Amino acid sequence: MPSKKLLKKEDFSRSSTKTINYNFDRRTFLKFSTATAALAGLSTMPSVVKKSRAANAKSPYPKSEIIRTVCTHCAVACGVYAEVQNGVWVRQEIAQDHPISRGGHCCKGASAIDMVKSEKRLKHPLKKVNGKWQKISWKQVLDEVSEKLMKFREENGPDSVMWIGSAKVSNEMAYLQRKLAAFWGTNNIDHQARICHSTTVAGVANTWGYGAMTNSMNDIRNSKCIFMIGSNAAEAHPISMQHILYAKEVNNAPVIVVDPRFTKTAAKATDFVQIRSGTDTAYVMGLINVILENGWEDKDFIRRRVSGFEQLKKEAKNYPPEVVSEVTGVPAEDITRVAKILAQNRPGTIVWCMGGTQHSIGSSMTRAYCILQLVLGNMGVAGGGTNIFRGHDNVQGATDMCVLSHSLPAYYGLSDGAWKHWSRVWDVDYEWIKSRFHNEEYMGKPGFTLSRWYEGAIQDDEITQYTSLKAVVFWGCSSNSQSQYHKLKRALDKLDMVVIIDPFPTMTAVASDKDNVYLLPSTSQYETTGSVTSSQRGIQWRYKVVDPVYDAKDDYTILSELVDRFGFADKFYKNIKTVPEDVTRELNKGSLTIGYNGQTPERIKKHTDNWHTFDVITLEAKGGPCDGEYYGLPWPCWTEEHPGTPILYDMSKPVKKGGLPFRARFGTEYTYPDGKKENQLAAPGTTMPGSEAEGGYPEFSGVVEGTNWKTDLSQKTIKYALDKGMAPFGNARARCYVWDFLDPIPVHREPLHSPSPEMIKKYPTYDDQPDHYRVFTKYKSEQKLDWYKEFPLILTTGRMVEYMGGGAETRSNKYLAELQPDMYAEVNVETANNYGLRDGDMIWIESPNGGKIKVQTKISARVDKDTIFLPFHFGGFFMGDSWSGKYPEGTEPYVLGEAANVVTNYGYDIVTQMQETKTGLCKMSKA
Amino acid sequence: MARMRFLCDVERCIDCAGCAVACKEGHNVPVGINRRRVISINEGEPGEKSISVACMHCSDAPCIAVCPVDALYQRDDGIVNVNKDTCIGCGYCFFACPFGAPQFPKGNSFGARGVMDKCTFCAGGPDEDFSDREMKLYGQNRIAEGKVPLCAGMCSTKALLAGDGDKVANIYRERVFKRGSGANAWGWSRAYDKK
Repeated sequence: MPSKKLLKKEDFSRSSTKTINYNFDRRTFLKFSTATAALAGLSTMPSVVKKSRAANAKSPYPKSEIIRTVCTHCAVACGVYAEVQNGVWVRQEIAQDHPISRGGHCCKGASAIDMVKSEKRLKHPLKKVNGKWQKISWKQVLDEVSEKLMKFREENGPDSVMWIGSAKVSNEMAYLQRKLAAFWGTNNIDHQARICHSTTVAGVANTWGYGAMTNSMNDIRNSKCIFMIGSNAAEAHPISMQHILYAKEVNNAPVIVVDPRFTKTAAKATDFVQIRSGTDTAYVMGLINVILENGWEDKDFIRRRVSGFEQLKKEAKNYPPEVVSEVTGVPAEDITRVAKILAQNRPGTIVWCMGGTQHSIGSSMTRAYCILQLVLGNMGVAGGGTNIFRGHDNVQGATDMCVLSHSLPAYYGLSDGAWKHWSRVWDVDYEWIKSRFHNEEYMGKPGFTLSRWYEGAIQDDEITQYTSLKAVVFWGCSSNSQSQYHKLKRALDKLDMVVIIDPFPTMTAVASDKDNVYLLPSTSQYETTGSVTSSQRGIQWRYKVVDPVYDAKDDYTILSELVDRFGFADKFYKNIKTVPEDVTRELNKGSLTIGYNGQTPERIKKHTDNWHTFDVITLEAKGGPCDGEYYGLPWPCWTEEHPGTPILYDMSKPVKKGGLPFRARFGTEYTYPDGKKENQLAAPGTTMPGSEAEGGYPEFSGVVEGTNWKTDLSQKTIKYALDKGMAPFGNARARCYVWDFLDPIPVHREPLHSPSPEMIKKYPTYDDQPDHYRVFTKYKSEQKLDWYKEFPLILTTGRMVEYMGGGAETRSNKYLAELQPDMYAEVNVETANNYGLRDGDMIWIESPNGGKIKVQTKISARVDKDTIFLPFHFGGFFMGDSWSGKYPEGTEPYVLGEAANVVTNYGYDIVTQMQETKTGLCKMSKA
Repeated sequence: MARMRFLCDVERCIDCAGCAVACKEGHNVPVGINRRRVISINEGEPGEKSISVACMHCSDAPCIAVCPVDALYQRDDGIVNVNKDTCIGCGYCFFACPFGAPQFPKGNSFGARGVMDKCTFCAGGPDEDFSDREMKLYGQNRIAEGKVPLCAGMCSTKALLAGDGDKVANIYRERVFKRGSGANAWGWSRAYDKK
């Protein structure tokens, strides 16, 4: 259609607005362009056709290089190609050949470069003086902070300091954080894993030996059924959906999403099951009940590799569909229908995240999920497994390095034996390490957790520690991710010192009203180097992209400066000269329990350098420098020749090729309370190819006198076992009955703040727990029958794709901030109308524990009429007041909002003290 | 000659905004301009779907047809671009476009007040390839490098495809075939009353 020229050239009046035509005005330019067109003899079509010039392309950034790294947001661990020219990160390229992400990113990863570019980065060390931020030198901040810490240590004992480490530092740095606490003389060290998947690790490890994701996101492409319970992967692990949707399409796999909310993940489901928040255990036991009643269980698998089945069967009888329907709100026929789908579509995989972990019975929920997979025979096979999606980019690594108050690195625990093992690895005298502690008791006593550390300062609940806390060091962790935030704030106001070491100030910096805060700018992971472990246990190397920006220092440097001043640098760095590679080698040496000894820095780098050679479904390299190995050498990687273990507990392969039985961790035999004895080792004939032993066997010990496979630093034991085709840790049964837990078989218990008194009476919580990680922790005394009268709405929290964790980094990213500028509460339209609310109205949400926040109403069909949803990423507001202006100049995030955790309720997992942030109660009123 | 096209597979789009932010970050697009956006409908209800939308680089582009100063032009590979030196920011293309692609910056950001900005298919603009001016006004010119647009390259689930229309269609056809076979074939559940 030929266009009509609406205006003739002559009609143009001289425009007074500034245009981009620096050199000439519009009239002249038009004349110029028309003339050019005429001269060029172009067609009568008014548009000027410009030829594309891909043929003689040159580069926009001559002499640039592509640096390989890994996104620092979540544990999917998408590859990032950083194009760097003259030391400047000029742009992100597409990592098309990365085996996990294939170039894909969510909005956070697509703006990974912002971590380095953001104007909101902490630029230099700061100290709060008279309520104002004062710039100080690095020397001054390091001197003052270390002096004060040493003073607290001397006057009050080493346990007067709470160290909060990070899921966002490298494996090497996480390892050093744990080592620092040990040399400091305290177990008061913890990090984000506590409030994320601690219940997973405890529940799953106690079922079959290791508490990690068993298969991989890539392996989900082999699944014939995908069961997602308490996982909003579309927002929390977007790239995982690439693999999940592939299975859905190519395998016609049903995707069953179980969630109190119709999430973005539910939008992609073939089946959506809406359960009452907190009733997962009942629901899954209900599925197990139907499966067992119909004889759909994998009898052969159970006979050979599962123990406690009779006990499970007995308990499962208490969860018939009608009963489960009462508890969960799911219709009885639907429970049967879903159980049938699971039975008819195998191998199937299960995915869970915070929806299943963040409960007072989280350690039961996670076990219920495992038992479901055992019963279906879905363990140790491609397309099956428990695919637990971890959160932060290196939470798996930090968990493996046990930046945790109840264990030394690699899950050795805090026993004498554990301390002696690590003293040997560190090459220091065990007696000297012991002398660093207040006394021997405190050397073995689990410390405060991330969920409740603040009780060490405010003591609302009684603490069992010889001193209160005087200082807290937040080293790469936010505070607004912890529940009952209004209590945490009181702790920050009470403590003598608050040290924050982070690329951004975080809400913690502005939460204290006292002049007790020091801010040390550390770098992002793009300005340093080290290894990182993804959710699927594979390790990648992050190469340094750029030098530290502004006056930030990388974590290794900050640590060595502090350790110097603490006076034990010679012992701490005894065998560490080159950082980080010598640190990798040290943790390789000691982390035998989980087989972190085969992934040397050289091997890890080789994998990262050749990531394109790995198959997207099997993760195996076919040919090339890594031929026969699995991407990232997923642990356990038993030797420097071992290819890694891509699928845990897969006995179809020889152990030297990645095969693995269930771990013999719980003894060879157990006598149940009813007197029945059961062999805990695998049945005769349950063997990996090439194994000398036929059937079950205990863990290897005594190969080197006085040691076992975990403590033999020469690693002869491990090699000896492998040469026999056997797993160093034995060949045992997974147990449905965890005799060390208060509920050996998972059972439902109502959340501490439950909307139903009848349910509370039927399924009450535990007795109160004194000295629970050094704090008196309430259960029964908190679970009042009538909370619901004043607090009738169920409160649940969760994630948005645009933000990560406490939101300090992502709300400081202008593009992400643009997408989600406002904190809100999702309210069902019926509830909104009952409360007289319109979309956008401001409301007060109040918790039974005293916190309250003022947020916007977002009328949404995602929640049902009894539930309110809050995203937890916002910060910078407190109980209706804005803290804008309190941030150091130039660091205030683009978006501020109320922190949901001000109103999350009191409630902690019985085993790990995980916070119960997925299920609480609240009341709502128009503001 | 290849004709460039976008295709967003709504069965795969999870509204992660990776495409939208990849574009903004890669081209330094100011806050307030949205070359690409993800739209979700039926949020929270069965049938919730998301789709990523930007300029469609139409073969018979209404924007080109109505522009009073002929600021818009089409390359022979089908990419439609605006010449910001010519554009007067009248907004008529905005009227004409069925997809809401034209964007108009507020204030003095990104070169000029009021001049139209939109998706360039990562092909820069009329200025010389890789020149500072091209980068400043239009963003990266990846097509001249022989590279794919950032939005499609970085799509988390490979919902968004970009490239030669024929090739994109083939990829999509293959997907549709895989989805529609076996128990997912249309009519299967009706015939067998099974899931």
